[in-house]
Parts: sequence; C-alpha cells; structure tokens
Amino acid sequence: MLNRTSPPDIKDAIEFNLELKPYEKFVLDNGVEVYAIDAGAQDVLQMEMVFYAGNCFEKNNAVATATSYMLKTGTSSKTAFEINEHFEYFGAYCNRSCQNETASVSLHTLSKHLPVLLPVIKEMITDSIFPEEELAIYIQNSKQQLSVSLQKCDFVANRLIDAFLFGENHPYGKYTVAADYDALTTTQLKEHFQQYYLNGHCVIFVAGKLPADLFTVLNEQFGHLAIKPGKQQITNNIIASAIKKYRIKNDVEGVQGAIRIARDFPNRLHPDFMKMMVLNAVFGGFFGSRLMSNIREDKGYTYGIHSYVQSHFQDTAFLISTEAGKDVAEATVEEIYKEMEILREELIDEEELLLVRNYLIGSILGDLDGPFQIIGRWKNIILNDLDVQYFYDSIKTIKTISAEELKILANKYLQPADFYELIVI
Amino acid sequence: MIQYEKFTLDNGLRVLVHQDKSTPMAVVNVIYDVGARDENPDKTGFAHLFEHLMFGGSINIPSYDEPLQVAGGENNAFTTNDLTNYYCQLPVENIETAFWLESDRMLSLAFDAKSLAVQRKVVCEEFKEHYINKPYGDVWHKMRELSYIRHPYRWMTIGKELKHVEDVKLQDVKDFFLKHYTPANAVLVVAGNVTLDAVKILAQKWFGPIAAGDKYQRNLPIEPVQTVPRFLEVKAKVPIDALYKCWHICSRLDKRYYATELITEILSGGGSSRLFQALVKEKKLFSNIDCSHSGSTDAGLLSIEGKLVKGVSMKDAEAALMEEIYTLQQKGISEKELQKVKNKTESMLAFEDMSVMSRATNLAMYELLGDANLINTELDKYQAVTSEELLNESKAIFHENNCNTIYYYSNN
Repeated sequence: MLNRTSPPDIKDAIEFNLELKPYEKFVLDNGVEVYAIDAGAQDVLQMEMVFYAGNCFEKNNAVATATSYMLKTGTSSKTAFEINEHFEYFGAYCNRSCQNETASVSLHTLSKHLPVLLPVIKEMITDSIFPEEELAIYIQNSKQQLSVSLQKCDFVANRLIDAFLFGENHPYGKYTVAADYDALTTTQLKEHFQQYYLNGHCVIFVAGKLPADLFTVLNEQFGHLAIKPGKQQITNNIIASAIKKYRIKNDVEGVQGAIRIARDFPNRLHPDFMKMMVLNAVFGGFFGSRLMSNIREDKGYTYGIHSYVQSHFQDTAFLISTEAGKDVAEATVEEIYKEMEILREELIDEEELLLVRNYLIGSILGDLDGPFQIIGRWKNIILNDLDVQYFYDSIKTIKTISAEELKILANKYLQPADFYELIVI
Repeated sequence: MIQYEKFTLDNGLRVLVHQDKSTPMAVVNVIYDVGARDENPDKTGFAHLFEHLMFGGSINIPSYDEPLQVAGGENNAFTTNDLTNYYCQLPVENIETAFWLESDRMLSLAFDAKSLAVQRKVVCEEFKEHYINKPYGDVWHKMRELSYIRHPYRWMTIGKELKHVEDVKLQDVKDFFLKHYTPANAVLVVAGNVTLDAVKILAQKWFGPIAAGDKYQRNLPIEPVQTVPRFLEVKAKVPIDALYKCWHICSRLDKRYYATELITEILSGGGSSRLFQALVKEKKLFSNIDCSHSGSTDAGLLSIEGKLVKGVSMKDAEAALMEEIYTLQQKGISEKELQKVKNKTESMLAFEDMSVMSRATNLAMYELLGDANLINTELDKYQAVTSEELLNESKAIFHENNCNTIYYYSNN
C-alpha cells in the first residue's frame, strides 16, 4: 500500500554544488570591457551596454530618464519611426532603462540578426539628436502617466518611503513631479548625452548563443568610440527624515492601505549583507516566510507581503511592503513588529532553518538556468565591485549560518525604533 | 522542434514528458480543464478561489508549500477564464516530492474550513488591489458585460463582485472538486532531465491509484452574433479620459486566429506600429494606445484601449482611431509590414522556448486544446498567413455592428 502521509526521500538542496559558469572577457580597442556567456539551445542572444549615466549624475530632476528614453527618438539620419521599424522588422527588442547610477541600452534578438542591428545601436549612442517635438510628446505623456500613478496608494508610498530614508536630494530618495517634466530642455538632454554616453564609461554584457566572430563585430562597432572603460561614482549624503511615523490620506475612497516599514541598511560590501539574505527569507522573503504565513495565510489581511533589501550600490535600505485592507492596516503593522520581536527573542528552530536553506539554494539553482540568468548574476558581481568568491561565500552563508547568528542579526537590525513607518490610503 | 512523448493512465490522466538534459531542474505542471467560464453566474470567481484552496492542505498532507520548499522547490498557479494551471520547479533529484504533492491534491483536498475562511479574505484583498483600489480598475468588468450577453466570458476570473467570493460555502468547494478535479480533466507535464520510463513508473505509482471520476462535459451557452454596436459611458474619479473598444473574434483553434494575432501586432506591437505612430506621435491625440486580444479558447475579443491627451475630445480621438482601422480595411498591408510582424512572432516564440518552465506550460495548454504538437506547428501557421487573409479578417472583425465601446470620462 502506497504511503501518502510521509514524504519521499529527498536530497537536501544544501548538498548541491552550485557553480557559476565562468564568463569570457574581451577588451575592445578603446579599453571597454565585454563580458560574455555562451550558452543555451535557442539561437537567441541579449546584449546590454551599461553606461554610468543614471539619475545620480543628472543636474536637474528627470534629465537622466528622459535622455535614456530619447535614445530611440531620432538620430541625424533616422527618425524615431525608422529606428523602431528597423529593430522590429528583424523581430528584435531594443530597450533603454535608467537606474540610479547606471543606464542601459539592451538588445534581445535572434543571433543571426546581430550584424544588421548593432550599427543602429551605435547610431543611438553616438548620434542621437533629441528633437524638440519628440521631447514635447515625452513631457506631455509622462505627465499624464504620472497623474494616473499618483492616484495609486502603492506608487505614492514607494516615493515617500525612499524620500524619508535618503532625503529628497539623494538620488535614491528623490522623485519626479510634473514641474520637473515641464522644466526639461533638449539642451539639458544633449549635455547629459555628451558627457555620460558619448564620452561616458561603459561596460558590455552579452549572453546566449554567441556568433564565433562576436569580438570582431563588437570591436568594429564600438571599439573606436570615445566611450571609456571603468566606472564613475558619486557619494551622496543621506539626509533622512527626522519624523518616523506617517499616515497619509491620498484617496478618500481608498479601500486599502499601502504599508511601508523601512530602515537603512549597508550595501553588499558589508559582512552582514549576505547573512541578511537568510534572515530576510525567514522574515518576509518568500511565500513560506513568517510575514506571509501570519499576515496572509493565517489572518487574510493581504494578498501578499514581502520584505527585501533594496538593490543599491551605496548604502541601502531594508523594507517591508504590503497593501492591506483599510480596516486591518494598523493591525498589520502591529503583526509586523510582533514578528520582528519573535526573531529577536527566540531562536529559529532547525527544521525551519533547513527549509529556508533548501529553498534558497533551490531557487539559486533554478536562477542559474539559462544564459540570461547567468550573465545577470555576473553583472551584479561586476558592477558592485565584487568577485566570484562573493557568490561562493553567499552559498556558504546560506548553508552554514546558525540560528544564534541570525538572532544576533535580528537584534541588530529588527529594532522597531530604527524603522520608518508609513501607511498611505 | 520541441520533443515530447505522451501516455495515458487507465484513469484517463494524460501525461507528457519533455526531456531537456541541459537543466538541473525539473518542472512538474498540472493543468485542469476548468476556468471561470465553467462557473455558475451567481457564484463567479469560484475557479480562482478554488486555486487558492489547492494550497490549503490535501487529504494526507497538511501543507503543500512546506515539503516542496524543503525539497528546494518553488511553485505557483494561475486561473484564466478557460483553465487552471499549477506548476512547480525543483532540483530533478527531488522530483518525486512533486509527484507526491500533486497526486495527493488530485486524490482529495482536506476541505479545511479555516483555509476557506482565510482565502476568501485573501482573494477579496486581491480583488480590491487589482480591480477596486486602482484607477480604471473596473473597466474590464464593464467591458465583458457589455460585449457578452450569454457566454460566461461575461465575467472576469476574479469574479463579478466581492460578495460572490464572500458567500462561498465549504459544500460548494467539495462539489466543484468532485466535478472538475478528476484525472480525466487534467494533463500532467514533466520536463527536465528525466526519462520516459522513469516518469511512467512515478506517474503510475502516485497518480495511477486515483479513481477516474466523471469526465466533465462542457456545455456552455453560445454567444449570439452581435448585430448592433453597443456603447457605455462611465464617469469616474480618474485624471484622464480613456477610450476602450472591443470586437468579437474567432476561437483559439480557428484558422483565422493567426491572422487576428498578426493584426494586433500591426496595430500596436511596438514603436513602429500603426496606432502608436499615427495617434500618439503624429496626431498627438492619445498619450498611449494598445491593441491586444484575449487569446481565449472560445471566441474572444480584440481590444483597443487608449488614454486621451488632455483637451482632446472623445469623438475626435475615436474618429482618428477608426480612420486607421478603415485604412487597414481598405488598403491592407504591404509585404514588408507583413514580414515584420512574422519576424517578430518568430523571435517571440524563440524567446518563449528558452525556459523549460514555459515549454512545459505551453505543452500542457496545447494538449488541453486538443493536441500538444500544436506547439511545433504554430510558427508555420503564422508564416503562412497572406496579406489577403489579413485584409479579409480586418474587414470581418472591425465591422461596425461587431463593436463595443466604452467612453471612460474623468469627472475631475
């Protein structure tokens, strides 16, 4: 008779040996570094050019994001339509994104089309002209989008909590208001482009089924440009808000409250960072976490609740985030603090800790599946000035950190007095 | 070409095996042939609520998630108007854990009253988060009710109203399980570094003993052909006026489906698409405009939605949109434009196939449609679409009497 009550034998995931496939590295003639992962069964690849051109370098609010967006709105020989049509005709996707320090231009394509696509990327990053009319459309549509977003409690809460944590003048804390869009000029964008793209610092990541002549092709297109290797960094002063508790009414008809509870936290270079990955998982980092089990699966106050460390290069923050029913929002906040208290006072039992270790290792194993995921790990390591040992050290931390160490960590970082507390309804 | 093998257990459970030796992970995907279209009109949102309850413990196992996490696995599920899909991914060495968990909840749930009480609340919060506490969040409820008179696509997967979810009783849950969660109504797909023989042994061991149950016979009301255009005006607390238009399209297995999909790409698949170029960039009437289709098993909807630039009148915006549609109906498309959308489709399919999880889920969905091998013939069907078919299809879809329109006004 089949025994359905006891689980089949398993291999503990912590017994798995995880390996990060090494990259190949090329250096273009101008010194720009290219990191490549050649893997995968499908004939597809992704390329990402990372520029140090993010928000922290802009002279006025919204300039970096607008510059990044407008890389696809016209060069001296192509209109926005022609640029888009070129990529789309070959079934390729060319995207821009802008973060705090970096801004990327990325390409996803069938490998066979790479040679006809790269020249247009080169045009975008060397010869964008930022037409007035395109900027006017961008300003108008961004303001409309913003006005819709501002009705959402989660959007408002995300902006405010960052501003409390870092200050409104810090790149991690500032946000865009309609007047910032109105103040944008093509001159500002051209200056930003000139300094941070045309003559900027750049690093390139490529992954997928790579053509044999990849280096030659990349060097032909990008090896003689004025872009430089290395990175550019600015350290900003954090001016956190003096007041810690906020209740904000954004929508009189709102039926949910967006809850954000957050504190400062060091970046990846700090020894506590990788330990915190494990404590965070126990606390609110995955579906089986304590916050989820208590606040969703036991009380039904919310559809989902998560905690996480923000991914920043510099000093960062630890957050708990959820949208809960309006009437149970305050009760949710109380439960969050109760879960912190339990972690400060009681040791996590071995069974739960093993579950979390296995879950984390299993999810890294699943995450390393495929070339795009592998290059994503490497990008994180390289841009944060870490090395591969960091990856193996984090695996080791997951496998070996003790309940006592986690309790000490909880006492250091899960103190309610250190947290900002915000509910936006 | 995606290779797979198929066998059927005596109780009617169809099993597909897709071998991929390159990954250390295995995917176990179970799809059930039940969605929101199978609900009683007075008890909507049930199929989706039921999906939540599938994680609330089964007859022999108090918790689904914990043993899976112990085995290094992750899982999730989704419900649509047509189907309910459960998937998990875990290291292949531990694959038997997934068989144990999935087979026990196919055998029987625990039907725990507390789980029902909690998940009712969780789903109500999900409802609020996505459809109430969000600008324009109610529009697709209204659009479905406007577009469908009889077919159960009249309501959203989340349900018509909170009350339907709040009123669910444990007996409803039991009845639903017996009716729909039987081996004959399910497809199991196992993907990863696995062999057919090993999967056969595990499937027989864990799923073989489950009683066959009855095969559910779907007999849904047929939606009558729409004969007059329908309109609805909404005034709500949103900052910007928006225009929504929907037209009835063919079912998923109809050969016209492929032309329909390409039409949506031509109209709004990217920065060089027609609606974006004409209405956002050149005429500056909309701040964004999107065209998509529901992709549903039964005859679905093609929809166009856009937000108007402040100061633009609804009539002017709509007229300009319809002008683009008439141009498509009268002049058709060039060979270059057709090639563009075919190329896009080719690369979209290639990117989708990168993930073993997506291959597993697609195999299950195609098998549920009638034949898993559809996964391997889709690209050829898109490639075979001619500009003439596209022209004919655009005339048929965008017929005046086939149209449903919502003017969604800001009352600010």
